[in-house]
Amino acid sequence: MVPVLVFAAISLVTLGGAIAVVTNKNVLHSAYFLVLAFVGVASVYVLLEAPFIAVIQVLIYIGAIAILIIFAIMLTRRLMSKDMEERNQQWIWAALGALLLFGVLGWLVYNANWPVIEAAVPKEPITLMGEELLSTYVVPFEIASVLLLAALVGSILIGREKDQESRSAE
Amino acid sequence: MKEFFFNITWIIPVFPFLAFLIIILFTQGNKKLSHSLSIGSMVLSWLVGWGVVFSAIATPHLGEHPIHKSVPWFETGTTTFNIGYWIDPLMAIALFMVPFVCLMIFIYSVGYMGYGTDEVDPNYSRFFGYIALFATGMLGLVISENLLTLFMSWEIMGLCSYLLIGFWFEKNYADPNQITPRQAGLKAFLVTKIGDLFLVLGILYLYSQAGTLSYADTLFNHEFLVHLAETPALPIFGGWSAASAIALLIFGGAVGKSAQFPLHVWLPDAMEGPTPVSALIHAATMVSAGVFLVARIFPLLNIVVELEHNNPTMGVIAFIGAFTAIFASIIALAQNDIKGVLAFSTISQLGYMIAALGIGAYVAATFHLITHAFFKALLFMGSGSVIIGTHHTQDMMQLGGLRKKMPKTFWTFLAGGLALSGFPLITAGFWSKDEILAHAWEEFMHYGTASWPFFVWLLLTIAAFLTAFYTARQISLTFLGKPRSDHADHAHETPNTMTFPLIMLAFFAITLGWVGIPEEIVGQGNNWFHAFVGHEYASTPLSIPVILLSSGLAVGGLGLGWLVYGRKPLEAGQMDPLQKGMEKIRLGWLYKAMQKRFYFDEIYEAIFINGFIKLADIFYNFDYNWVINPIVNGVGAVTRGISNIFNKFDEKIVDGLVNFTGLSSVKLSDLGGITDLKVVDGIVNGIADVTGWIGENVFRPIQTGKVQNYLLILLISMLAIIGIYLVY
Amino acid sequence: MSIPLSWFLVLAAALFSIGLYGVLSRRNAIGILMGIELMLNAVNINLVAFWRYIDPIKMTGQIFALFVFTVAAAEVAVGLALVIAIYRNRDTVVVEEIDLLKE
Repeated sequence: MVPVLVFAAISLVTLGGAIAVVTNKNVLHSAYFLVLAFVGVASVYVLLEAPFIAVIQVLIYIGAIAILIIFAIMLTRRLMSKDMEERNQQWIWAALGALLLFGVLGWLVYNANWPVIEAAVPKEPITLMGEELLSTYVVPFEIASVLLLAALVGSILIGREKDQESRSAE
Repeated sequence: MKEFFFNITWIIPVFPFLAFLIIILFTQGNKKLSHSLSIGSMVLSWLVGWGVVFSAIATPHLGEHPIHKSVPWFETGTTTFNIGYWIDPLMAIALFMVPFVCLMIFIYSVGYMGYGTDEVDPNYSRFFGYIALFATGMLGLVISENLLTLFMSWEIMGLCSYLLIGFWFEKNYADPNQITPRQAGLKAFLVTKIGDLFLVLGILYLYSQAGTLSYADTLFNHEFLVHLAETPALPIFGGWSAASAIALLIFGGAVGKSAQFPLHVWLPDAMEGPTPVSALIHAATMVSAGVFLVARIFPLLNIVVELEHNNPTMGVIAFIGAFTAIFASIIALAQNDIKGVLAFSTISQLGYMIAALGIGAYVAATFHLITHAFFKALLFMGSGSVIIGTHHTQDMMQLGGLRKKMPKTFWTFLAGGLALSGFPLITAGFWSKDEILAHAWEEFMHYGTASWPFFVWLLLTIAAFLTAFYTARQISLTFLGKPRSDHADHAHETPNTMTFPLIMLAFFAITLGWVGIPEEIVGQGNNWFHAFVGHEYASTPLSIPVILLSSGLAVGGLGLGWLVYGRKPLEAGQMDPLQKGMEKIRLGWLYKAMQKRFYFDEIYEAIFINGFIKLADIFYNFDYNWVINPIVNGVGAVTRGISNIFNKFDEKIVDGLVNFTGLSSVKLSDLGGITDLKVVDGIVNGIADVTGWIGENVFRPIQTGKVQNYLLILLISMLAIIGIYLVY
Repeated sequence: MSIPLSWFLVLAAALFSIGLYGVLSRRNAIGILMGIELMLNAVNINLVAFWRYIDPIKMTGQIFALFVFTVAAAEVAVGLALVIAIYRNRDTVVVEEIDLLKE
């Protein structure tokens, strides 16, 4: 009984936050609700007995991505006045499409036979994960770091002020 | 009863932390509620704190069997870090001083920040929130049970010093060379951060050797300390032991936080903050945290001395302390800002304490730490009282004659000043400073004139004389004689919320010394302070020459200062007699250097800051002009060259073919041309018209250029495909 | 395991759909990026739920989720840099006004 209540509460917070994100007129308030949704998702991870992923979620999503988003909002704040309509002219179709998608996915979930097993979580998940990351998955690991380097260089190049000649061969 | 207090020790930093949270989140609009919360939390911490202190005093053999309790906090890998508290004599003594002085300063701040007047500071509540957070940090540091929580509290205090020094961050000055509060806050934070770097390295090194950071298992575990002293340190430390390397690294943190040379540059500029901040952070508590830290690792230092001979660790510490003491007191002679003199005086007195620890005088250093906290806070608050009473006049050359106009401030300031100078017998500063000098004398006698204890003793003695001299200068310029400006003329005494704490602290500045009077005077076993704090260290034998010397220095310095500045008080606009005197013997440049604090800020800016900018410029040029860009551009040029070749090739051969084809086609097309015109043209035009119509009226509107439209179409198509797949 | 797997999958599906609605209907470019983040979070919930219920012994699900985190972070950084660059150039963050593709 208790886990069900906990799950219900967490889903409420997460989905409520997510709905607030996509419907709020003030984009900064949207960002705050996004943080709430992230917190909810972190709680879901804890419920799923993956505390490491929960901590990573808090660190990366809330600690880095949400803050980056708020920075970007602050930097582009001037033009979004408070009475601007935040829905574009296709919102009805978008809502219908999303609802339809949710229906299809939900139907799929309920009618599929998931091969659930009743196993327990390994005793030292982080050690195991570390070993696998550096042996079986070492190539994706390295590629991920190259990706991050590319993103780092790319975002700096794209986002910098061009006060010198922008004729460059890079 | 004692058990009760020992069980609730953990709650001491919690009260002010809750006050901070509530004030910052909820009560910033209500000034009275904010200061009541702050002061109330401090009263609770003080009551519980003194409960713990007196229970600790009543516990026999506390030094050999400290009381500690902790709970596991988090695990990483195989270690568990705890959070808890540790009660031993050092902590009890510090806990006697910290909450009480903090409480006095909080009460004082009510008056200083102008509560109830027209000039009340608009950010009044935020101030009380921040000083509550600061108290959390200091109290956390004092009761901490392991180096990790100590470091956390250390960093909290670093943050608060930034927030509080830069409290009036909107203030700007017309003169670009004068440091604004915002810059001073950053400077304090960054300079102490340099010291913190060394502290972190020391803690990490210790952790790598011990696998834990709790005091019980490291600093107070004799076998571990011996093991450290016998382990050679990492190769970059030369032939020293791990123990001395760790001690020196951790001492680096104290150099930053306690503003010792060469990291002293932040403290004078920290005077840009409100005076209660100066009293709290830079006199009584935060800078003393550095001394507290060195006292905490004293067992480590002791092991180095015991087991290694000719190890320079203690020497380095003692020398830095003694050099700072004298260097700062020389600068203090030439400062005209009333808070500037006190800032350098603080640096100098902290040098005393560090030097005392460096020569092994643990009890004396602790004693001086406590007495100094009281009288330095008193002096800062007194100077704040003067500032408020004279409508924000800080230049002593514009003051004078305040003795009659602000009597309570005068008498308490005098008590603090006498304590600072070490006026014999009746002030606390005398007993604590005398103990340091006695210990230095004993070491000097032991090792002879050609050793560093001699230099330490010499520097400390000269500094004591200079301390008395500049104190008398300050008191004479500020309070004696006739007012030298209008503000001083119209000065008035400050409200009771400010003078009441002054009186309370003055009481302690006078009487606190009596708990540590050496045994020879009050009878065997009656030096209560030594018995409680340092029973395992031999007490310094009383030496009559030193007592006479200390008294002589104090009275002599005060007397000389009064003769120069007080007997014939300065008129308005008259030059400082010291400056005049030095200029006469061609040392005017030296006076100027003293006034400009020996140009340290300028030197650091030239070497470090400009140096880094030049280095960054070199790297930028490497990237842009010298290496990377030329390579990339070169590759582009080569590629373009190759494609030009292909282009030429293309033109010559392909053109030939094309021209031939063209000639033959012309003949053929002439034939078809007539049919074309009539029939084909008609069909083609028709198709073109239809396509154009479709394109303009069907496809053009779809290409709105808006990405979201494209995405929506994508979604609908995908759903359609899924639907078809599911159905079939 | 008193909560069946399908509940988590439905939660993830709901979050995904809400994110999708956000992407398709927000006018502010940053709002669209926030919708994308919600969708990525939904994917992650799916991955971790599958890991827990279907094969908790190997850590594959969590590792996959870790890579999704990485990619999401990289994508947000570049995306926001783009938004800021566009803002500097065209003085707007409303995506409806950025329709040069029309030509």
